[in-house]
Amino acid sequence: MKDRILKILESLEKLDRRIIFIFIAGAVALPLIFPMNIDFSVTPPVQSFYDSIQSLPEGAKVLLSCDYDPGSMPELWPMNLAAMRQLCQKNLKIISIQLWATGSPLAEAAFNQVAVGEFNKEYGVDFVNLGFKEGREVVMVSLGNNIPSTFPTDYHGNKVEDLPIMEGVKNYDDLAMIINISGGLPGTKEWILQVVTRFHIKLASGCTAVSAPEFYPYLQSGQLSGLLGGMKGAAEYEKLVGKIGLGRRGMDSQSISHLVIFVFILIGNIAYFSTRKKKKRE
Amino acid sequence: MRREVPLLICFLAGFFFISDFFIPETHWTEIAHTFNRWAIIVIAFAYVLGAANIVRVNSQVIRRRERDWQYKVVLLSGLALMIILGIGFGIKEGTTFNWVFMNAIYPMQATMFSLLAFYIASAAFRAFRIRTWEAALLGITAVLVMIGRVPIGEFLWNSFPDLVEWIMNVPQLAAKRAIMIGAALGAISTGLKVLVGLERTYMGGE
Repeated sequence: MKDRILKILESLEKLDRRIIFIFIAGAVALPLIFPMNIDFSVTPPVQSFYDSIQSLPEGAKVLLSCDYDPGSMPELWPMNLAAMRQLCQKNLKIISIQLWATGSPLAEAAFNQVAVGEFNKEYGVDFVNLGFKEGREVVMVSLGNNIPSTFPTDYHGNKVEDLPIMEGVKNYDDLAMIINISGGLPGTKEWILQVVTRFHIKLASGCTAVSAPEFYPYLQSGQLSGLLGGMKGAAEYEKLVGKIGLGRRGMDSQSISHLVIFVFILIGNIAYFSTRKKKKRE
Repeated sequence: MRREVPLLICFLAGFFFISDFFIPETHWTEIAHTFNRWAIIVIAFAYVLGAANIVRVNSQVIRRRERDWQYKVVLLSGLALMIILGIGFGIKEGTTFNWVFMNAIYPMQATMFSLLAFYIASAAFRAFRIRTWEAALLGITAVLVMIGRVPIGEFLWNSFPDLVEWIMNVPQLAAKRAIMIGAALGAISTGLKVLVGLERTYMGGE
């Protein structure tokens, strides 16, 4: 009997990865089909993100930098939509740029869905998409000196200086804050190093869960005024903004898949400790 | 002169951009802005260089019928197609370029990234074995953060998110900040060595 249990544990220790894959696929897919809607509270970094936008006066101009690609969309797209929703609810003017080439069509789609589709905002008056510019940190610094000369035309080819929203906008001094939706490099870290410390402008960041720990020191030092970390951050933010979206819907899948991973780690360790004595004897 | 001139250019350029950070004088920043705009143009040309390099390297592989040459044909065809569509017919919503992006590149990139979930699960199963005290510390913290960061953690114990925030704000932050400060000091010293000409490997040779 004991030998049989040991054999089972040995096979569990070397569990085929395909079995893990099947369990993860089920843990991700099933809660999407049968949602559980487990409730959750809002964490302080997310609350700070929301409050920093909420504290801006109506009509203030905000720079929204959408620096991500389709690969990080599951985490960042929900927070991009939610951020646009809050900005539109507050009647803030949105000036968007992208430092990732693949971010431009995504920002455009987000504007069409939220600013135009939900709030009926007018292009060039309430929001503008300046598009993509290569140059990473150089572009960030250049915007601090002159925005219209860095982006002479917008994503649609219009002259930036002719757009009503750009009236009186020369550099960061004319903006209330920056919101960065960051999928990697260039992203939040570069905005902090090149812009926040140099031009003294408020920055709030939405980033992938894997990069969120990197930004906690900046959040504590006050260089970041708020942080949305991954899909959970997006879900909490959606709750504050008042419209349930993809972030909230993904939470059940994430909960169950994390639980499944935890169970596998537990099984792996039980099997490891149980078979260790036998291995030592051999 | 072949060494001295590049060293002088490097010193002057480095000194200028460092001084721009600390001197908020209008004329100085205007000159710096002009240099920045030049830099943006030069970086844009790097794209042309990159595309030319992709064509050169991959067309050689196709010509010699080397291993996986068929994939290179797909790569070059895709490159040519997107350049023609983008330059010829525009990139805005409603164009073929945008359609290809939203219906081919977007799902392919999302699929590649989604596969990570499976590999991370499999890697976590094998990596988090408690073989030593350090591994135990790492494994327990990882599990706490993993469960505490999702709603089910809060459902199981309502103080779970507070515990996770404490882990992120105290031990994690302390370690992260120490690493960042160490790395920054290293970067500063390397930068200074390059500026004053002590570090010359960027010029090639010994």
